[in-house]
Amino acid sequence: MSATAAASRAPFAWADPFHLEDQLGEEERLIRDTAQAYAQEKLLPRVIEAYREEKTDPSIFAEMGELGLLGITVPETYGGAGASYVSYGLVAREVERVDSGYRSMMSVQSSLVMYPIHAYGDETQRLRYLPKLARGEWIGCFGLTEPDAGSDPAGMRTRAAKIDGGYRLTGSKMWISNAPFADVFIVWAKSAAHGDEIRGFVLEKGTKGLSAPKIGGKLSLRASLTGEIVLDNVEVPESAMLPNVSGIKGPFGCLNRARYGIAWGVMGAAEDCWHRARQYTLDRKQFGRPLAANQLVQKKLADMQSEIALGLQAALRVGRLFDEGRMAPEMISLIKRNNCGKALDIARLARDMHGGNGISEEFHVMRHAQNLETVNTYEGTHDIHTLILGRAQTGIAAF
Amino acid sequence: MKILVPVKRVVDYNVKIRVRPDGSGVELANVKMSMNPFDEIALEEAIRLKEKGAASEVIALSIGAAASQETLRTALAMGADRAILIETAPGADIEPLAVAKLIAAVAREEEAGLVLCGKQAIDNDMNATGQMLAAILDWPQATFASEIRLEGGAAQVTREVDGGLQVIGVALPAVISVDLRLNEPRYASLPNIMKAKKKPLAIRPAGEFGLDIAPRLTVVTTVEPPARKGGVKVGSVAELVAKLKDEAGVL
Repeated sequence: MSATAAASRAPFAWADPFHLEDQLGEEERLIRDTAQAYAQEKLLPRVIEAYREEKTDPSIFAEMGELGLLGITVPETYGGAGASYVSYGLVAREVERVDSGYRSMMSVQSSLVMYPIHAYGDETQRLRYLPKLARGEWIGCFGLTEPDAGSDPAGMRTRAAKIDGGYRLTGSKMWISNAPFADVFIVWAKSAAHGDEIRGFVLEKGTKGLSAPKIGGKLSLRASLTGEIVLDNVEVPESAMLPNVSGIKGPFGCLNRARYGIAWGVMGAAEDCWHRARQYTLDRKQFGRPLAANQLVQKKLADMQSEIALGLQAALRVGRLFDEGRMAPEMISLIKRNNCGKALDIARLARDMHGGNGISEEFHVMRHAQNLETVNTYEGTHDIHTLILGRAQTGIAAF
Repeated sequence: MKILVPVKRVVDYNVKIRVRPDGSGVELANVKMSMNPFDEIALEEAIRLKEKGAASEVIALSIGAAASQETLRTALAMGADRAILIETAPGADIEPLAVAKLIAAVAREEEAGLVLCGKQAIDNDMNATGQMLAAILDWPQATFASEIRLEGGAAQVTREVDGGLQVIGVALPAVISVDLRLNEPRYASLPNIMKAKKKPLAIRPAGEFGLDIAPRLTVVTTVEPPARKGGVKVGSVAELVAKLKDEAGVL
């Protein structure tokens, strides 16, 4: 092939139409390779049983910690890798390619526990918690959502009352990933001593009045453990409060990071569904030819390919802006909303394309579809992100 | 003692190989590349020997185009101390003999006490470089190692041979090529990937060595393996025996 011909017609890589791979740096590719190898070799072999039996293996945290996959954007001084947000996104994509629940465990530890301790905590809190959380020796959870405060977290009922030398916390939190086996709890509460502003507190397992019962009966994210946090007059010292943030922007700063990772992660789940549906429809023959020979099937595959290619480009763009310090939260709403919604559609389609086999755990796609029902809802529902984007362009809040 | 570990950038083992339409080779454009898995095992062993105090330095060496730097960076992230790239022209085919000559030059220069290499690269499956290298250096060789023990200037190597295991002793310096079951290579951790950026990686043009590395072989054609035919059910033992005799020709 002459140089001119090569320039006019480059080969098309069906699995990576826009050469995302070329747009990554060497370090980012190496980090992705480690996450991919770990996820495929160590997580994939145990996910079917974990999901079926609703069993979460807490040693996953230690394994991830050993590889440095927890809190990767946290500086090295505190046990992190000091890596970029693009790298964080790539890791989320590889872990969620296996299961959204495993990615949730990692996201919570990284974005919702390590991030606030690093960003809003003092030096004593950072040194006490971050290295152990980075190694996966301690497991963290994040308590914002309540039974009666979901999309409207400012309506929370959890209260912090000033007492001598500290605070007394009362209330309850709902749908908290990692809570039942957590060692460290980031809890958000309205503090009367601060004009009823929302303040963050770092609680430790074993504190009197603190309990975290498991929420059973989930039909989604079954490989990840979810619980409540019950705060029955939990007394904590002054030093448990995160000193450097006040108001709803505290939890939202954490959620922005987690939501950004989700936008990447769900594309991993979607890619897994797409690749499996493609292979299945190529292999499965009906009426004397592969299912993939049908226009209906090819249309679905083309839709999957298009949405994933576009969703990944968007996530990469926001990641680059994030690393350049030019991220606006609305950008994250856009990609979280778009990518979750599209991934859920893709997973349902992939389930459909697998026919009867699609309902079996062996084929993975229904598990992804079930998981993505949660991912589409948590960390700001699809509808809430719609309203954030609506407000951003009309100036009118429709919440 | 310095251990030299040659590492080759090859098509990732998970990639479904496609032959180029003109039969000149396999498609490499936009294909995921990674370190040859046998080289990874050799590198892991070298790092373990260093961790046990049996080696002072692990040097990773690659021969290839500029992109092989990424493979070396992986080697540094796994635990090699420094890396050398002998840079060749993009797309150039460097055959085992040329590779062996270049590795020999570096082994002499570095005064390496041991070259630990993969038994073969999974792209061309030549299984020749280690043996040629031992001949060029006039060092003893131990191939297909599944266990390596270093003791007082010698290595005791368990080799996987047809029908069992063979244990041989070789004096150092030596060339040891490793087999699949020697160890399970570690993953490069993220902190180590970050640290690897600061480790030295020297790039030297292949021409600097003044060696004849021109190819001796010509690729006539490359073809995909024939598609697998479906199996058949046989009705009786007699039919099976007949088919094995007449169709398969194995009886």
